[in-house]
Amino acid sequence: MAAPTIEPEAESGTAPAPGSTRGGLGDKLSRLLYARPKLRLTALLTLPLAWLGVLYIGSLILLFITAFWTTDTFTSKVIPAFTLENFIEILTVQAYQLTALRTIGIALAVTVLCAVLALPLGFYMAKVASPRMRAVLAIGITLPLWAGYLVKVFSWRITFMSGGPLDWLLAPLGMTGPGYGTTALVITLAYLWFPYMAVPVYSAFRQIPDNLFDASSDLGAKAWSTVRTVAIPLLKPAFIAGSIFTFSLSLGDYIAAQFVGGKTQVIGTVIASNINLNPPLAAAFGTVPIVVVVLYLFLARKSGALKQL
Amino acid sequence: MRLSSSAKVTLRVFAGLVMAAIYLPLLLVILNSFNATTSGAFPITEFTTRWWEAAFHNEGVREALWTSLRVATVATVIALLLGSMIAFALSRYDFFGKNTVNLLVVLPIALPGIVTGVALNNTFKTVLEPLGIGLGLFSVIVGHATFCIVMVFNNVQARLGRMNKGLEEAAMDMGANVVKTFFHVTFPGFRSAFVAGGLLAFALSFDEIVVTTFTAPPGTETLPIWIFNNMARPNQAPVVNVIAAVLIIVSMIPVYLSQRMTGDDKK
Repeated sequence: MAAPTIEPEAESGTAPAPGSTRGGLGDKLSRLLYARPKLRLTALLTLPLAWLGVLYIGSLILLFITAFWTTDTFTSKVIPAFTLENFIEILTVQAYQLTALRTIGIALAVTVLCAVLALPLGFYMAKVASPRMRAVLAIGITLPLWAGYLVKVFSWRITFMSGGPLDWLLAPLGMTGPGYGTTALVITLAYLWFPYMAVPVYSAFRQIPDNLFDASSDLGAKAWSTVRTVAIPLLKPAFIAGSIFTFSLSLGDYIAAQFVGGKTQVIGTVIASNINLNPPLAAAFGTVPIVVVVLYLFLARKSGALKQL
Repeated sequence: MRLSSSAKVTLRVFAGLVMAAIYLPLLLVILNSFNATTSGAFPITEFTTRWWEAAFHNEGVREALWTSLRVATVATVIALLLGSMIAFALSRYDFFGKNTVNLLVVLPIALPGIVTGVALNNTFKTVLEPLGIGLGLFSVIVGHATFCIVMVFNNVQARLGRMNKGLEEAAMDMGANVVKTFFHVTFPGFRSAFVAGGLLAFALSFDEIVVTTFTAPPGTETLPIWIFNNMARPNQAPVVNVIAAVLIIVSMIPVYLSQRMTGDDKK
């Protein structure tokens, strides 16, 4: 091997470790790291795990512990003394029960609305539209994701305003918009999270081979029964994957509720209004969305849809 | 699938309606920012650029924007570092608890924002405040970085999985040390995913409101918090409207850039 003099280490082509014939600090470090994969892994994971594992998970655990504490009713100071009072309160006081159920109901309604809209849209995009149209629509449904959360809430606040655009649009039909309230909230949330449902449904539609549809219609199925018996079962994982987002995002939302929900109270509103006055109660109520989301994820996992994520 | 032409037309009209429902409210915001009346009554009868001027000279908006930019920048830097480190650990090594670490990264965006917000609020107030680190700009950054990590992680991990490891081995066989290999071979390989992840993290932080409400002390306003505080105030609503219009236009730029960047790599 005729190695040039500038790079003498090139001669040791079979060197066990990189840079092993040099003596600089970087090379020493390099050799050390190269020889010890565990050291490299530790170096990579220490900082992120300190952040996520200690600070974040630690905070969640502390929150859970706080839920068993109590507050001084006069000073709002947290007193670390074990009690089940907060949990008993959220489970027995009717206002809390109703708020939890209402929020779950809203989250389900949002999910259903998103799914119902995503099905024909995904079908059109994947199987009917021209490639050009498909690309335009694909960007069209994802771009608003980044338009800003509050901006989108604000846009629906304007839309639903009394005497606003929706009322104006519906006036010739002799109708008025729903105004701020639960209906407006469901529509706004569906608008906010729609891309999370539309994208997986559309991609799943694309993966269904065209000849499955042809076979179905050759066998005499009408368009709708093809969709119902062929497409929907194949799309189930995509619907479930999308629903995880639409459901859990709606469950935790309370800002939209404040601006378009009128007097509608959701889990988040209760947590937010208690965080300074009664942190343990807020913490206890904060476990409700966690439990619901975990249950939902568990059900989704059982259906096998999570592997597709 | 053989569809009747009326079915095709129906589907096309439906897709058009969905697009209209997506973009009309956003257009409305832009249009309404020129509405001379403060009541937001429709249709708009008189147009003005007064609110745009008012928004431009608004001290509160400027301060909030500056706060947002600082928070998003620092949170993005932290997310880039931590997100890439985890991406490397998970895509290059097999170890016990790998799935748990993966779950750990995703958890801050899988759980409702309010839970993350309340948990961090609680920690800062009960544990860190006695140690001298109360709620402040720092706690906002901590909160943001926590949920931004996953953005970088997702992008970088996906890229690392597709990268040719043989290139790195070749570089080392040629005598480059680990550091040199990283900067000359590995990093250029995932740079665009790194940048795209950073842009997404920045956009996410810039837009975030829920975690921010709980980690910001009174008086510290990011732009979304400023909007939140002023949206329901009738005399500030027109200025909020202008800011919203600007955000609609500006926020789509990083996404466009990031899509182009990841798009280019696929070619």
